[in-house]
Amino acid sequence: MWLIRNMGRRAIHSFQRLGRGNLFLFHTLMGIPQLFLRYRLIVQQLFAVGVMSLTIIVVSAAFTGMVLGLQLFNTLQNFGAEQSIGSVTALTLVRELGPVLTAIFFAGLAGTSLTAEIGLMKATEQLSGMEMMAVDPMRRVIAPRFLAAWVSVPILALIFSAVAILGAYFVAVGLLGLDSSVYWTQMQSYVDWDEDVVNGIIKSVAFGFIAAWIAVFEGHDAIPTSEGVSRATIRTVVHTSLSVLGLDFILTSLMFGG
Amino acid sequence: MYSKTVEVWVGIFVAMGLAALFMLAMQVSNLSTMGSEEGYEVSLFFDDVAGLGPRAPVRMSGVRIGRVSSIAYDQQRFQAVVKVSIDNDFRSIPEDTTALILTEGLLGAKYIGFEPGGALENLVEGSKIHSTQSSLSLEKIIGQLFVKLTGGND
Repeated sequence: MWLIRNMGRRAIHSFQRLGRGNLFLFHTLMGIPQLFLRYRLIVQQLFAVGVMSLTIIVVSAAFTGMVLGLQLFNTLQNFGAEQSIGSVTALTLVRELGPVLTAIFFAGLAGTSLTAEIGLMKATEQLSGMEMMAVDPMRRVIAPRFLAAWVSVPILALIFSAVAILGAYFVAVGLLGLDSSVYWTQMQSYVDWDEDVVNGIIKSVAFGFIAAWIAVFEGHDAIPTSEGVSRATIRTVVHTSLSVLGLDFILTSLMFGG
Repeated sequence: MYSKTVEVWVGIFVAMGLAALFMLAMQVSNLSTMGSEEGYEVSLFFDDVAGLGPRAPVRMSGVRIGRVSSIAYDQQRFQAVVKVSIDNDFRSIPEDTTALILTEGLLGAKYIGFEPGGALENLVEGSKIHSTQSSLSLEKIIGQLFVKLTGGND
């Protein structure tokens, strides 16, 4: 009996959270149109969320590309196919690694900071204070952060792919002595703009939406204590990573499966 | 907290994103070759085009001169019609050119190779090439081999 009751409570709890999350998303999206009158709020958040993540994204992209270049070169050499390293690297990055890794890094870098910031604002009753002054915290605090995070992820994913391709170029051409023009022509003949690059961008827009939503919702939904904020931060990372990986499988099978 | 530096940094951030997009478009993907490819279209008739795909290259002596734009089936002739677009730089290709479906390396992708003939007229927009050689399939080669081997015993 206790077991069943426990299960029921958990189910109700999850459904309640899901409902709150969707209502929250609705209110956030409703707050976005007014933001264009106060674009400074977005610029400031773009700085806090996007520019601050830039260094880590660039560095990790460079190393990802270099490792890909090394590993693929050694493996492909066994088949005498090291010329195709350019196309394999570019396809992997543009289709999968760019959007997915960026979203996961973003959850760890900016998502956690958004959750903690909003959670602490709630814990210190700044959000209630705003409501008292007839300032809607949804429009003033949540919506700019949501929009900035959503816009940042695709931009960061593009930068990630480009830098990683240059990193692989550095290893394959600079260190291992592949011909430079072979690298680029192979890439150009196998990477399609609509099929690969645009689909990758669509993916990163979807991941950006998920990452932004989870980060601001967990902050807003946190139990207003220090422990509650820390729990919410953990949940941001875990939930974003899991949903990005799950969604990636669905999107990949829709885009490239048929 | 809000200052000019913030705006400058956000500007740099967006510019980097656009630069990355530009690089993916021009250097990484085929967008650069797609737009500039002004050419004339020639129809080729093959018995078998298995393995050939749209955008496969057309080569002459190994040099890329165009690409496959569409593949269709002609119900009157019972043949596959491959429309290829030849770049405008290559205007003087003899009319009686032979088209072959070839393979890059042992297991590579299929492409179309042109072997020039000796005619004085050149290919123009809408020309048709009927002297073609289809792609070789392993099953057919084995089949022919069997016919030869068993035929030799009689």
